[in-house]
Amino acid sequence: MIHFDDVTKMYANQNRPALENVTLDVEKGEFVFLVGPSGSGKSTFLRLILREERPSEGRIHVAGKDLAKITNWKVPYLRRRIGCVFQDFRLLPNKNVYANVAFALQVIGKPRRFIRKVVPEVIDLVGLEGKHDRMPDELSGGEQQRVAVARAFVNRPMILLADEPTGNIDPATSIGIMKVLDRINRTGTTVVMATHDAAIVDSMRKRVIELEYGKVVRDQSRGVYGQAY
Amino acid sequence: MRVQFVLHEVWTGLRRNLTMTIALIVVVAISLSLLGTGFLFVKQVDNTRTYWQGKVQLSIYLCTTTSVSPQCHDNGPATAAEKAQIMHDLKALPQVQEVFYESQAQAFAHFKQDFSRDPSFTNLVTEAEIPDSFQVKLHNTQADFPIVAGTVQGRPGVDQVVNDSSILSKFYKLLGGARNAVVIIAIILIIAAVLLVANTIRLSAFNRRRETSIMRLVGASNFYVQLPFLVEGVLAGLAGWLIAAGLLVAVKTIGLDALQQYFPYNVQLSAGDLVEVILLAMVIGVLLCGGTSFLTLRRYLRA
Repeated sequence: MIHFDDVTKMYANQNRPALENVTLDVEKGEFVFLVGPSGSGKSTFLRLILREERPSEGRIHVAGKDLAKITNWKVPYLRRRIGCVFQDFRLLPNKNVYANVAFALQVIGKPRRFIRKVVPEVIDLVGLEGKHDRMPDELSGGEQQRVAVARAFVNRPMILLADEPTGNIDPATSIGIMKVLDRINRTGTTVVMATHDAAIVDSMRKRVIELEYGKVVRDQSRGVYGQAY
Repeated sequence: MRVQFVLHEVWTGLRRNLTMTIALIVVVAISLSLLGTGFLFVKQVDNTRTYWQGKVQLSIYLCTTTSVSPQCHDNGPATAAEKAQIMHDLKALPQVQEVFYESQAQAFAHFKQDFSRDPSFTNLVTEAEIPDSFQVKLHNTQADFPIVAGTVQGRPGVDQVVNDSSILSKFYKLLGGARNAVVIIAIILIIAAVLLVANTIRLSAFNRRRETSIMRLVGASNFYVQLPFLVEGVLAGLAGWLIAAGLLVAVKTIGLDALQQYFPYNVQLSAGDLVEVILLAMVIGVLLCGGTSFLTLRRYLRA
C-alpha cells in the first residue's frame, strides 16, 4: 500500500537530511505506529505520502501509484484515497459536526443524496450519534478529534494518516480515539499514526517503526514505544 | 458539480469582505463606464466623420430669387447659361475630382432629412428658400480650396463658396481631446480595479484559508478550490458592469444625444451602437475580474 525505496529528503538550507535512505513497506490493512523524537522525520514521512513534498532521492509508491509520475493536477485524486487527522483537529469553526464531515464530500463533488446517506453513518461510527448539530466549540477535545476522524474517513480512504492525533487529548479520551482508529483499521483501511504517546503504543501492540535523525532505527511487528531489548 | 454548495461558499465569501466587495464593484462600475464613454466618443467622432466624408468638401451656393446678398441682388438669380459655364470651368480644373449640381428640390429634400428631428424648423422653410448649388469634391481639401474658390468667387450667379471641412475641424479636436482624456482616466481606473480585485481575492483567500487547506487535504481538485473565488470575482465584475451599463445609457441619452443640437445635421448614435459598447464593457469587466482573480489565486493557493 505504501512503499518507500531508498528515500532521502533534503530540505533547502539544512545540512542534515530530514529522511535518509528510508526503505520500507506498509501492507494493505496494516496498523503502523511511527515513533521517534521531534525532528526525527515523522512528519516529513507523512508529507511525502501525501505528496505535499517530493523526495530528493528514491521512489515512493502509494496505493499502487508511483508518486514521481503523478502530475500536479492529479494529486487531488491521490489525496481522495488518503484520509488525514492532525493534532489540532482542523475543523471549520463556523460549521456544525454534520457540515464539517459533509464538507469533505461536497468539495469533491459527491451527490447530495450520497452525502445524506454516508455522513450520518460515519458520525455514528466515531461515536458522535445525536451530536450532528453541535458546533466545534461546544465539543470536548476528544469529540472534536472524533469529528476530524469522521471527516478523514467519510470518503472511505485506503489509507488513514494520523499525525499525533492524541497529542492534545487527555489519556482517558485518547483511548476512545484509538478505539475508533482501530475500528477503522478493521474495515481494511491502512492506518499510519505518528505519535509520542508511549502508553498507547504499548497497549495496542501493533507494528512500530522508529525514526531517529531521519533514519529507520527499528521496525518491529507487535512492538512497544521504547526500545525493546 | 454541486452548484448550490459553490454558490453558498461564494455568498459567504462576498459577505465576509463586504466593504472590499462594495469598493471593488464601485471601482469596476466607474472604470467600465468611463471606458465605455470613451468608446461612445470614438463612435460619435467616427459617425460624424463618415457622414462628412460622404459629403462634398466644397459647396458653391448659387443665387436664387430669395437670395439676400448684395451680389445676388445686383445680378439676379443664376441663369442656365451661367450655371453651365461654372460647371464647365470647374470640370476643367485639375484640382477638382468630382462636381455635381444639386437642384433646389434635392437640396430641400436633404435639408428636411438632416433636420428631421426638428420638424417645427423644417416646416418654416420652403423649397424656394434653399439655394441650388454645385457640390465639389477636391483631391486635397486644404491645398486646393483657395484655388478653386478663387476661380468661381464673385462670378455672376454665385452667392457664396463654403469650405465644409473647416467648420468641423474644431469640433473634431474638442471631441477627440475629450475622448483621450476619458480613455486615459479609464485606463488608470482599470489599473486600480485590477489591483483591487487582486487584493479582494487575496483577502478572501486569507479569510478562507482553513476551508481551502481542508479542501486541498481531502482532495478537492484545483478547479473546485479556485471556483468560489473565481465566481466571486466575476460576480463583482458583473455587478459593476450592470451599474456601468446604466451609467452608459445615461451618458448617451443625457450627454451625447443632447450634444446633437450643436451638430448641423443628424448623426445621433443608434441603440445598436450603445448595446455594442455595453457588451464590450461586459466582456472587459468579466475578463478583468475573472482573469485577475485566477492569476492571483495561482500565486496564492499554490503554497
